[in-house]
Amino acid sequence: MADAQSLKQLVLGRKDVQDLSDNEAELPPELMTVNMGPSHPAMHGTVRIVLTVDGEKIVKSDIQPGYLHRCFEKESEHATYTQVFPYTDRLNYVSPMINNVGWAMAVEKLMDLTGKLPKRAEYIRVIVSEMSRITDHATCIGASAMELGAFTPFLYLLKAREWLYELLEKVSGARLTHSYARVGGVSKDLPLDFDADLTRCLDRIDGVVVDVEKMLLSNKIFYDRVVGIGAMSKEDAIKTGCVGPIARSCGVDYDVRRDFPYSVYPELEFDVPLGTTGDCYDRYLVRLEELRQSARILRQCLKQIPDGEIMSDDHRVALPPKKDTYNTIESMIRHFKHIMDGVRVPAGEGYAFVEGGNGELGFFIVSDGTGRPYKAYCRSPSFVHLSTAGQLIHDHYIADVVPIFGMINMIGGECDK
Amino acid sequence: MSKQVVDALAAKFPSAVTRTGSAHGDEIAWIKRDDLVAVATWLRDDPAMAFDSPVFCTCIDWLDYRPIGRPVSEHWNETKPRFTVCYQLRSIAKKNRIRLEVEVTEADPRLPSLAGLWPAFDWQERETFDMYGIRFDGHPDLRRIYLYEEFVGYPLRKDYPKEKRQPLVRRDDLPVNPLKAAEGKSH
Repeated sequence: MADAQSLKQLVLGRKDVQDLSDNEAELPPELMTVNMGPSHPAMHGTVRIVLTVDGEKIVKSDIQPGYLHRCFEKESEHATYTQVFPYTDRLNYVSPMINNVGWAMAVEKLMDLTGKLPKRAEYIRVIVSEMSRITDHATCIGASAMELGAFTPFLYLLKAREWLYELLEKVSGARLTHSYARVGGVSKDLPLDFDADLTRCLDRIDGVVVDVEKMLLSNKIFYDRVVGIGAMSKEDAIKTGCVGPIARSCGVDYDVRRDFPYSVYPELEFDVPLGTTGDCYDRYLVRLEELRQSARILRQCLKQIPDGEIMSDDHRVALPPKKDTYNTIESMIRHFKHIMDGVRVPAGEGYAFVEGGNGELGFFIVSDGTGRPYKAYCRSPSFVHLSTAGQLIHDHYIADVVPIFGMINMIGGECDK
Repeated sequence: MSKQVVDALAAKFPSAVTRTGSAHGDEIAWIKRDDLVAVATWLRDDPAMAFDSPVFCTCIDWLDYRPIGRPVSEHWNETKPRFTVCYQLRSIAKKNRIRLEVEVTEADPRLPSLAGLWPAFDWQERETFDMYGIRFDGHPDLRRIYLYEEFVGYPLRKDYPKEKRQPLVRRDDLPVNPLKAAEGKSH
């Protein structure tokens, strides 16, 4: 049993309780290795960082992803093209709709269906994608702010996110894992009163964004923690393959929706916000502006969306009408083959990409003519962005790892596949 | 637009580019392994090309490739290289894209690394090594990235069974699952 004096020495590590001097010469001079993660409260998802620190300063880091690896690609090779949709939901689980749309577009590219979908289906896809982008950015900003001590913006933004999730639940039937898109269109039409619901929701979100902006924009504590932290130059951002909000915050003027337009984005008007310094504060500003731009796109979509079909009438991808399935043997067989063998995609290879919540999300598919992909590769933006994190946290303090990782917005499911 | 890039590449390196093609709007150039670095350096540095930004690197394993509706000559057999490594590049300024494909054999699955040209390929090549066992010569730090060091085999190769499990930790001290124990006895 230790007496009181030695216990204090053990706990405080000082020779004398009264000795409060912080003499530099007494600090250990050697480098220290610290494990951060795999399960750390301030990490989005599970990732392990082995830090070599000099005092509190990071001199070397080894980032080890893979704790959430669920064999997306191997599983996809054994599933039909339609069965892959639930897997894509679980890639970036903050914006699953964009993953759904990305996968559908990749399969359609191989079937030469790009641009041949009904207008209404394309508009619905853009609407759900942009709603997902808002949920993605809201989560990123909210969680990052919370990790820096600002809990109120987190609650405000999550409240806004919940409104959109409720609406997406009305659309797809599931709150988070929607599996909504299909090869050749979408699975269901928009529910009744969707226009009014979404308009009301967007108006309320506008208010939330203003509130959050007021709380964070000139908040001294938030400002000091993010300005100048994790800065990246424009050249570095380009050659490390960064895209999306992170590259745009560094001044890279590139947005898939504008530069390689897909779906009905050419008919919509939006601005691409750019940062200048590429630090965490710029990443926050760019995401905040993109929230507003997404709302702007959504309002235009609601005005422009035409009536019509939500599924291509190409018999290779569309299920026969239920009436025929139950009444004619040909349609029943077609239905059976469609479900059991999957959508038959002609042999070939192709890479299709969309602007995901974090940047260019792409799928590279090799088909051998059957209903299952021969190879399915996911180009996940989080993985590419995480690979730059080692460079970003270099020469910063341990406390800075938190805002840098928060603003990289690494999503475990997408990064680790 | 991208078509011109592939044509310019074929004209500049007639011996390095074995063939070019276009699939569903993607421009592809098949490159000989030994010329990959020279071709990639030119694509990056030539102002008319300016492929400054890498997109992805992955590999295709052709082992089970028997495409439906195609002649048998297009099926994979032992005389053909088993792997194709794909590098997708993008030019932010010119808005071009190109895919470089390099064929490597099963006996000698290695090719020069492009991580020195574009830092993004550092992790991407590690992933390809992890999943397909392709060795990248000159890579600064070729380790597994998703899986653990003790993992045996390469899971995305077609001859790796989907159901195969390799738990890292064997815990003999844990209580035995009674259902599993009963199964074991019945055999």
